Amino acid sequence: MSSRAASLPEEGRLRSLVDFYSTQMRTSVVAQLQYRAANYFYMLGMVAEPVIYLVVWSTIAEQHGGAVNGITAGQFAAYYIVWTLVRNMNIVFGAPFWEWRIREGRLAGDLLRPLNILHYDLAYFAGWKFVVVGLWLPIAVGLSAVFHPDLHPSALEIVVFIIAIWGAYFVRSMFQATLGMLNFWTTRGAAVFDLYMATEMLLSGRLVPLALMPGWVQTLANFLPFKWTFGFPIESLVSNLSTRSLLLGLGAQVMWTVIGYVLFTFAWRAAIKRFSAVGA
Amino acid sequence: MNTLRVGWLYFKVGVLNELQYRVNFFVQLLQSLIQVGTGLVMLSLVYSHTTELNGWKESELLSLLGVQILLGGFIHTFIQPNMELLMQDVQQGTLDYALTKPEDAQILVSVRQVRIWQVVEVISGLVLLIVGLNGVKSSIGAVDALAFAFALGIGGVLVYCFWLILTIGAFWVVRMEHVLELFEGIYQTGRWPVGVYPGWLRYSVTFLVPVAFAVTVPAQALTSRLHWPTLVLSVGFGVVLFAFTRWFWRFGLRHYSGASA
Repeated sequence: MSSRAASLPEEGRLRSLVDFYSTQMRTSVVAQLQYRAANYFYMLGMVAEPVIYLVVWSTIAEQHGGAVNGITAGQFAAYYIVWTLVRNMNIVFGAPFWEWRIREGRLAGDLLRPLNILHYDLAYFAGWKFVVVGLWLPIAVGLSAVFHPDLHPSALEIVVFIIAIWGAYFVRSMFQATLGMLNFWTTRGAAVFDLYMATEMLLSGRLVPLALMPGWVQTLANFLPFKWTFGFPIESLVSNLSTRSLLLGLGAQVMWTVIGYVLFTFAWRAAIKRFSAVGA
Repeated sequence: MNTLRVGWLYFKVGVLNELQYRVNFFVQLLQSLIQVGTGLVMLSLVYSHTTELNGWKESELLSLLGVQILLGGFIHTFIQPNMELLMQDVQQGTLDYALTKPEDAQILVSVRQVRIWQVVEVISGLVLLIVGLNGVKSSIGAVDALAFAFALGIGGVLVYCFWLILTIGAFWVVRMEHVLELFEGIYQTGRWPVGVYPGWLRYSVTFLVPVAFAVTVPAQALTSRLHWPTLVLSVGFGVVLFAFTRWFWRFGLRHYSGASA
């Protein structure tokens, strides 16, 4: 993480960081644009998940006079189509990839680089998002043509949504990185990662809109980080949240990013002490 | 006969290899429990808002979920590891080692690996299936059970063919690892009766991607919904797809130039 290179003056450091981000992001855009077919395979596989949920809930809505808990088929369509964008945005350098990074000996090289290791992943995946969103647009148009979403966002909601999908990206990045530290202690983290994913699935609004969950689950979800990576960004666009809830949501994302970063820093410091490079 | 002998030999070596990593059994057990748990939560959520989905009651859908997880376990044990290895071999140029062996190459690439701990998934699917069937009113006769086993076997063949066709794509498009996500995503459609999907999707997951034949048809056999023509159609489709896969494999091989050529 740290090197013995001469430190830059404060002013220069910020400028070089901005420079680093824009270069790294452009690199990943160029790199990922070469793999359009691979990216599409990945996306089509991913789109299957919300389409299944959408079909199941629309079927139930139709069986019960058009709505489940007051949510109509068109609103489900809006929820799950926006879901596909949010899901694309919160694909980050996941915990299981830390195992790959350690096993393949890449970490040893990464440690020699001067910036905090998070910057490399954050910048690379952030650049990739621009490719992903571009490739996502035709999918969104296709899904909208088939499922007729009921979506009428206000200007404020659109602005909050654009900020919230990046908030979701940061919250999820921090927590996945923290979880990834587990790989320094065990090579069999898979079950723990699965457990985390399952919890996220249920408490984030990824499986179903949280409004369909029992009351106590909804309350619980408010106090955990998961909801702010899925449910909140989606609902900021599709539900009529009050201005207060919208701003509170963005505040919660900032708070969870900070908490996640602090957790990561502690875990990273403990983890790096245990690390001995492959071949050392 | 020789095919069976080669398959059995690779199977034995594969099992011995896997038995070295016993802790993986417990990891797999935990993963299966999580998978089943999430499936059950989704089912109970759906049925807390309705009593039947497209004519399927909760216990019937539980059986369907059981079949889907069971077949998924079979795929993860026998089919997927081989297909992943094949893709990796094409990427790294090591497929030549398999091609130069005297045995038929399609057989070799289909039996080289086995992930035996994934059998836990087969068992957990079976448990769900039995629990689900206990809740289904009508009793299951010997004929139903036979039809189920037969349909499931055909389902296995169909999924194998589909996976191999996808993987053969690696001869043209080298970077194929995301196909795994594509398959896993599409396979999830099997958790729900194919009848709930709108027409275009229903036909896609029946003929384009044979998930409906592989999962829904066996489950229909157990819940007394199976019409004999469906089973005959499924057999016919299996034969045609298998022949096509064989042809496509040879066609793909002709386009494969190897790593050192």
